[in-house]
Amino acid sequence: MSDIDVKMTINGQEIEAKADPRTLLIHFLREDQNLTGAHIGCDTSHCGACTVDIDGKSVKSCTVFVGQANGSDITTIEGIAHPDGTLHAIQEAFRQNHGLQCGFCTPGMITRAYRLLQENPTPTETEIRYGISGNLCRCTGYQNIVKSIMAASRELSLKEAAE
Amino acid sequence: MNVQSPPSREERIKKLQGLGSSRKRVEDARFTQGTGNYVDDIKLPGMLFGDFVRSPYGHARIKSIDKEAALAVPGVIAVLTAEDLKPLNLHYMPTLAGDVQAVLADEKVLFQNQEVAFVVAQDRYAAADAVELVEVDYEELPVINDAFKALDDDAPLLREDIKDKMEGAHGPRKHHNHIFLWEEGDKEGTEQALNNAEVMVEEKITYQRVHPCPLETCGCVASMDKINGKLTLWGTFQAPHAVRTVASLITNIPEHNIRVVSPDIGGGFGNKVGVYPGYICSVVASIVTGKPVKWVEDRIENLTSTAFARDYHMTGKIAATADGKITGLWTHVLADHGAFDACADPTKFPAGFFHIVTGSYDIPIAYVGVDGVYTNKAPGGVAYRCSFRVTEAAYLIERMIDVLARKLDMDPVELRIKNFIKKEQFPYQSALGWEYDSGDYHTAMDQATKAVDYPALRAEQAENRVAFDRGETRNLMGIGVAFFTEIVGAGPVKNCDILGLGMFDSCEIRIHPTGSAIARLGTISQGQGHATTFAQIVASEIGIPAEDITLEEGDTDTAPYGLGTYGSRSTPVAGAATAMAGRKIRAKAQMIAAYLLEVHEGDLEWDVDRFQIKGNPEAHKTMKEIAFASYNQAIPGLEPGLEAVSYYDPPNMTYPFGAYFCVVDVDVDTGVTDIRKFYALDDCGTRINPMIIEGQVHGGLTEAVAIAMGQEISYDEIGNVKGASLMDFYLPTAVETPTYETDFTVTPSPHHPIGAKGVGESPNVGGVPALSNAVNDAFAHKGLVHTQMPHDHWRVWQTAQRLGLTG
Repeated sequence: MSDIDVKMTINGQEIEAKADPRTLLIHFLREDQNLTGAHIGCDTSHCGACTVDIDGKSVKSCTVFVGQANGSDITTIEGIAHPDGTLHAIQEAFRQNHGLQCGFCTPGMITRAYRLLQENPTPTETEIRYGISGNLCRCTGYQNIVKSIMAASRELSLKEAAE
Repeated sequence: MNVQSPPSREERIKKLQGLGSSRKRVEDARFTQGTGNYVDDIKLPGMLFGDFVRSPYGHARIKSIDKEAALAVPGVIAVLTAEDLKPLNLHYMPTLAGDVQAVLADEKVLFQNQEVAFVVAQDRYAAADAVELVEVDYEELPVINDAFKALDDDAPLLREDIKDKMEGAHGPRKHHNHIFLWEEGDKEGTEQALNNAEVMVEEKITYQRVHPCPLETCGCVASMDKINGKLTLWGTFQAPHAVRTVASLITNIPEHNIRVVSPDIGGGFGNKVGVYPGYICSVVASIVTGKPVKWVEDRIENLTSTAFARDYHMTGKIAATADGKITGLWTHVLADHGAFDACADPTKFPAGFFHIVTGSYDIPIAYVGVDGVYTNKAPGGVAYRCSFRVTEAAYLIERMIDVLARKLDMDPVELRIKNFIKKEQFPYQSALGWEYDSGDYHTAMDQATKAVDYPALRAEQAENRVAFDRGETRNLMGIGVAFFTEIVGAGPVKNCDILGLGMFDSCEIRIHPTGSAIARLGTISQGQGHATTFAQIVASEIGIPAEDITLEEGDTDTAPYGLGTYGSRSTPVAGAATAMAGRKIRAKAQMIAAYLLEVHEGDLEWDVDRFQIKGNPEAHKTMKEIAFASYNQAIPGLEPGLEAVSYYDPPNMTYPFGAYFCVVDVDVDTGVTDIRKFYALDDCGTRINPMIIEGQVHGGLTEAVAIAMGQEISYDEIGNVKGASLMDFYLPTAVETPTYETDFTVTPSPHHPIGAKGVGESPNVGGVPALSNAVNDAFAHKGLVHTQMPHDHWRVWQTAQRLGLTG
């Protein structure tokens, strides 16, 4: 099959590319765009290591063809930190609260938390646990991830109140 | 003018962020921003991709392989089969257990998803297309995947390649599907103790086949530089140096021409200890094509072909007095090793350290017998977040103690306390030959029972049982206790080697002239945070702040030789090497300081970050000053520079222990088991970084929840793996995972330079029996003695139904 033209915004930058239509979005991001932050953990949409943000929704990019993302606005882990290089409150909270160990689930987990806190800026612990249930972690037992997201929620609320 | 007062001693200690500091991790900056470098992130010019054709059958003869259609796929470079590897003598590879394993199936396949051919293509899509087009003609053969039938007289022969070799790596084989019989202890004496016992209990306890399932699967990139003859192999290796040596022995490439690199590793848990066909095929493909070749397995390949764990069918018998003093322990294991014996154990221990099975108890006599057998299942038998076969042993003894408690109608906590090894008995010689280094079990159990208010829990349970019988609730409350003793930190070299490679470990420290440092170790982090914690050990030893110390591991061209990270051995062995290397540096620093201060070495004392003259602390030289002088000042009788290396062969292993309590509520109508409370007290000796220890415990407990409550790799009778994707293989989400309460006592190891024991695996070892005991306890008053794991809803419901409790 001949290549298709795709056009999308990734982390604020517009890109145009040619791609084999059966290319999965995760492979397009990792191999064509060199954005290796999102990972592949299962191939069956269970683990969430490949989570990216597409048009304001958390999406498992291993189950999306690149063509399906045509015209969309994508944020990956590489685009979460502030443009000046300082960490986003969620990234900082994961570091402060030991919310990661091997780091393999972390990009997907943080990208999911980034969206979760926009959907629900002040979630309860239970809401966080349900909110990240599409993202698996084998190292932390989630306890410190939940703690990190709670801390980020407080931090972001304080910041918003100050503004 | 304001003169700033010099920092106080406390401030200087704090600045080091050494032992005991909950220092934030240095790894996190890259991982939280997506700039980690895992093996699948590696991209080299011209890199090719490898993918396997795998067997759909559990046992079949390969009649023919037709590559033609596959080779016609655009972008496909080669299709390798056993025939291609034979001239190189690489169609079989040695396993860590003294057996051989087919790299690509030689004439027949022995388990479903066994590697049959290796396709090499320009991209992973072309490789996947070609895999579908390799035509393999099979003739099905009868399958054995019930270990109890493997040794039947009429059981089909599985391993034709070794059918005449009746002397195995661990002694005689008594049947064509038998691998070894390994025994320890006093069989006759133990049987006598059982015969003379006032009370005897016996139970058959199976620890099901599970899989470590780290979130990152196994993979590698092999790159043969034909110009200079150097092979570089990046991969998910828990033991990079051992991989280099083994690769050299297998391929005959001189060891100096092989560089093995473990980049960031996305969790290991034992899965990444072994050597897998994908590594060998990638190396061969790179040599053949002259291009780098990447191979990364997918999740189904991971769960079905690389490194299962457990599959231990255990029988335990305990002899005891009528008042509950244990007088003997007899155990036998039928160990299902799958199609090849690829267990990752020290060479002399084909059942690992299973003979730690006497646990935390003073048992005067014991016997262990383990029969290993071949079946049509995937090879492996790795230590899934535990020291070699220790979690199996801990599960057996901790379940058996509960079984004995039921029989005696004794409280399981009371029975444990009655049989504990006492504090004054350490170092303690166990009946099965171990020397326990240190422990204080009574104190730990006392602290734990108080923390959970054990009597109140039992009182609540008594009320719950009455309420259940009155029909006021459909939930049964279960209380599980486990008191485990681990054995971690292999060596010593005199006992422990893998394929002849002694299990020491190493650290090299170089101090830079301006007083910062780099330390390199023979281990490799897979999430444990070595770059953070080992820098803390260095900081405390040499007085340079942890933030000024770079820590590197995993590159065999730069790191000193070591046996890697598994079996909780990094802190006990490499951590000790780190402290010892630091002490060597300090010894030279003392000579330099003596010269600079114009005193005798003996007149100096070490204080946090400096040498000072005894009785005159104003006269001192800091390590930073000493470092500069070591390079830049000609000191008579001393070589310039300040660096040291230590290869540490531990005198003994370390014995971390812990007291765990778990409370569950079982809904008898659905089998849904809610973990209400999980309390874990760990004693890992000296604590290096409490934040990281706590994180390790949370993670290990969650793996224990996964194993006890749902994980199983099972096979149907014709050899199909059932449920080997994350659709079916249970990894708990944040929703099912409970919130844990952690606690600790500190009983330092007397032989470790800083008294540390290792902790990463304890929660898996103790967590599984605590959970299983809780589920069994929920039904104990209804007559249940033992039910097999995993305690998923279906099985728990079946138990309730069998006991006549369902609605």
